Amino acid sequence: MTQPETRKKALTIDPLKVSPPLGASLALLGVERGMPLLHGSQGCTAFALVLLVRHFREAIPLQTTALGEIETILGGTDNLEAAIRTLVTKSKPAVLGVCPTGLTDTRSEDMAADLRGIADRLHADLGEAWGETLLVHAPAPDFIGGLQEGWGAAVRGIVEAAARPRPRRAGHLTVLAGAHLTVGDLDALRDTIEAFGLTCTLLPDLSGSLDGHVPETWSPVSLGGTPRAALDDLGAASAILAIGEHMRPAADLLAERCGLPVTLLDTLTGLRACDRLTTVLTEVSGRSAPTAVRRDRSRLLDALIDSHFAAVGQRVAIAAEPDLLRGMVTIATDLGCRVPVAVTSTRAPGLEALPVDRLIVGDLDDLETATLEAGGCDLVIGPSPAIRAAKALHAPLIRVGFPQVDRVGSQHDCFTGYRGTRQVAFAIANAIAESHAEHHLRPPHPSPVEVPHDSDAPVAAG
Amino acid sequence: MLSDRLAPVFDEPGCATNRAKTDAQKKAGCKPKGPAPGAAAGGCAFDGAKISLQPIVDAAHIVHGPIACEGNNWDNRHSASSGSDLYRRGLTTDLTELDVIQGGEKKLWKAIRQAIEKFDPPAVFVYQTCVPALTGDDIRAVCAAATERHGRPVIPVEVPGFVGSKNLGNRLAGETLLEHVIGTREPETTTPTDIALIAEFNIVGDLWQVMPVFEKAGMRVLSPITGDARYHQVAQAHRARASMVVCSQAMVNVGRKMQERWGIPYFEGSFNGVRATSEALRTFSRLLVEQGAAPDLIDRTEAVIAAEEAEVRRRFEPYREILAGKRVLLYTGGNKSWAMVSTLQDMGMEVIGTSVRKATDHGKDRARDLLDGADQKLFGAIPNAEMFRMLKDGEADIMLSGGRSQFVALNARRPWLDTNQERHHAYAGYAGFLVLAERIALTLTAPIWDQVNGPAPWDAGDTP
Repeated sequence: MTQPETRKKALTIDPLKVSPPLGASLALLGVERGMPLLHGSQGCTAFALVLLVRHFREAIPLQTTALGEIETILGGTDNLEAAIRTLVTKSKPAVLGVCPTGLTDTRSEDMAADLRGIADRLHADLGEAWGETLLVHAPAPDFIGGLQEGWGAAVRGIVEAAARPRPRRAGHLTVLAGAHLTVGDLDALRDTIEAFGLTCTLLPDLSGSLDGHVPETWSPVSLGGTPRAALDDLGAASAILAIGEHMRPAADLLAERCGLPVTLLDTLTGLRACDRLTTVLTEVSGRSAPTAVRRDRSRLLDALIDSHFAAVGQRVAIAAEPDLLRGMVTIATDLGCRVPVAVTSTRAPGLEALPVDRLIVGDLDDLETATLEAGGCDLVIGPSPAIRAAKALHAPLIRVGFPQVDRVGSQHDCFTGYRGTRQVAFAIANAIAESHAEHHLRPPHPSPVEVPHDSDAPVAAG
Repeated sequence: MLSDRLAPVFDEPGCATNRAKTDAQKKAGCKPKGPAPGAAAGGCAFDGAKISLQPIVDAAHIVHGPIACEGNNWDNRHSASSGSDLYRRGLTTDLTELDVIQGGEKKLWKAIRQAIEKFDPPAVFVYQTCVPALTGDDIRAVCAAATERHGRPVIPVEVPGFVGSKNLGNRLAGETLLEHVIGTREPETTTPTDIALIAEFNIVGDLWQVMPVFEKAGMRVLSPITGDARYHQVAQAHRARASMVVCSQAMVNVGRKMQERWGIPYFEGSFNGVRATSEALRTFSRLLVEQGAAPDLIDRTEAVIAAEEAEVRRRFEPYREILAGKRVLLYTGGNKSWAMVSTLQDMGMEVIGTSVRKATDHGKDRARDLLDGADQKLFGAIPNAEMFRMLKDGEADIMLSGGRSQFVALNARRPWLDTNQERHHAYAGYAGFLVLAERIALTLTAPIWDQVNGPAPWDAGDTP
């Protein structure tokens, strides 16, 4: 048991965290024709937008209530109403998600009440023109947690706004997908579910919206994602599968609304996690695992064996949000690596059970300094800004999580399921092997200067 | 009071937009209508202030606010440094709920101390943000006390996001420099040809493309404000003999007030393209001679201009044919609205339209003149759907714009080149002209466009 430490320092240096409203926005982009609206100053939206664009390299619909000085002091409800009116009539999103920011939280605006009032007024005023827009409240305060907490709050908000009791639907799963799953992970998960003869609704579903497809027309809202109609039918399933501890609030609410059983898997990385998924799908479908899945499992076993030679005993420092961290610590330690330092963004339930020497709720500077204190490491796993720490530690970096601003295609990386776990096992082993080939195939002590033994050879001047 | 510091910026006589306003409009400030909720784009004032000051590479830049203000934002500009990279570190007080309740001043005080102990910078900039401004953290007082305690400048940048636009933030950053930095150090030596460059941020090394030309002409950049600057270089800017405001919308107030306080003449110019660069060099040489530099500076400068222009003409030759007659949609703003037009025309390309957002009236006039008085070629904001149609229908061969609008072009499967701050190449001065020509040529002729616009097998029609 390693209790998470919170460093007593006033200055955060190179944050690992991004803001929860950014995470909430991202979740809302995983719904078809979704539109996140940040209730705050223009900058709250602009910063989130720029970072999302740098990571995904896709158009990101994201709007702002553009609070100025007067609205900040007197209250921003009028701006919120004006923004909702504009978006509902102009962009006609299927889901309009309102995310408060630190600015509105500090004022303690009663957003839920404000939104009810605004919805009533606008419905009366606009009538038919309101269309089908579902208004979602995604309360993810800037002060608590990071991307995954905001994501969780937005998904819970969608469930709150949309989910109703529905008759059970055999052979169908409602999957609440956590922020730690990439487009590649979601594709793999859907394929696996379908391999068991099941169907599923993924919420949110970035694999439809931020997967980098080239659309035929321009859209002011998200293109692809969980269909609007599927939101009404979230309860029409035989079970709920939630991936990530941070999806628990949304899963519990959906279960309460619809009376469905919930299975929560905190990660899908690592043999045991994949086996748990297989067991769940076997139970739900009443079928034993199909050949392709069995084959993938067998390949993973071989991959673990092949990879452990390079990995065993190596020191891996990891920086990631809690649920992604669980997966990365699991595969690293499954391969026999030691994790001297793990840094995460917030205290989340269950982290103390992770097999790491030190667990710090902190920043990327903590990653660097704590790992140096621990005597260094052989590999760093973290988001792209961790490159500074990795260079200082003379270790290679495997990029995971958000953001990854110096790579294209990171959303297609798949590190979950039997196949994805195989990929990450290879990635760890290869990174370590390559780094050793560069740095460690040297004699332990500098050898004496070699003198040319051939006296006829030309001697370099000086 | 913050409003007292806003007033002079709203009243800035050096700003053409402002001069055109009535007194009542001036009092209303820089956003007469205000951004439209639900239909706004662009950063906040804090964003603008940080962009303007962060290129001071050896200073520590601490953001006093919740995680959104720095966690989503750090190290996202490509201002380049020839030395320290302290300016790229993400430093923030990362305010929590408890800090909001108890006040964040003590945390800020400690954060400043930690930054000084860890990095030993010559100066610290502390950025106020919305939340602590709302709860009433007095960062001015904290900074004053920290300056005394640590024996180095700790400068409050009081520009919370909610006070206005990014552009207003640029100017308030300028006010901060005028109030706390410029004029506080003396240079070791001065020369009669010392100059200051204002609002040139050395994006991916722009500044380095023009520095050698100034050197050849015998001018010394005493003070880059703020691209690749060391703190002391900005602090000694008052000893410059002439200054140039490179992005006039951003910091014209700095140029004007340096003239007012220290008699340093300034002009608004650009390094965008050959014509603008030559014009800037000529203006500098004239101003410096008026200020007492040796009169032969003018001839020396002309000689440098002639040589550089001839060299550009020679090296541009390989691109001439590729670029000739190609149609460009230019979607940028500020001084680039006109400066880029002349640059692209010099390359033999046809500008089918330019957006004049954030351009001064002077800038709009210049753009109009360059486009033969065709007002229909001057755009405000183009709706994305319309922009998509223009590109899809092939009205333009390439779009040059910033990262925000790139996907409109890319989703229309048309060539696009980044000409704003997220670009990876520097386009300043004579050298930059050639880099831009090369990048446009490479983009236009990239083999991917044929592939991504060709039919899929199931659309080809003649598949058996």
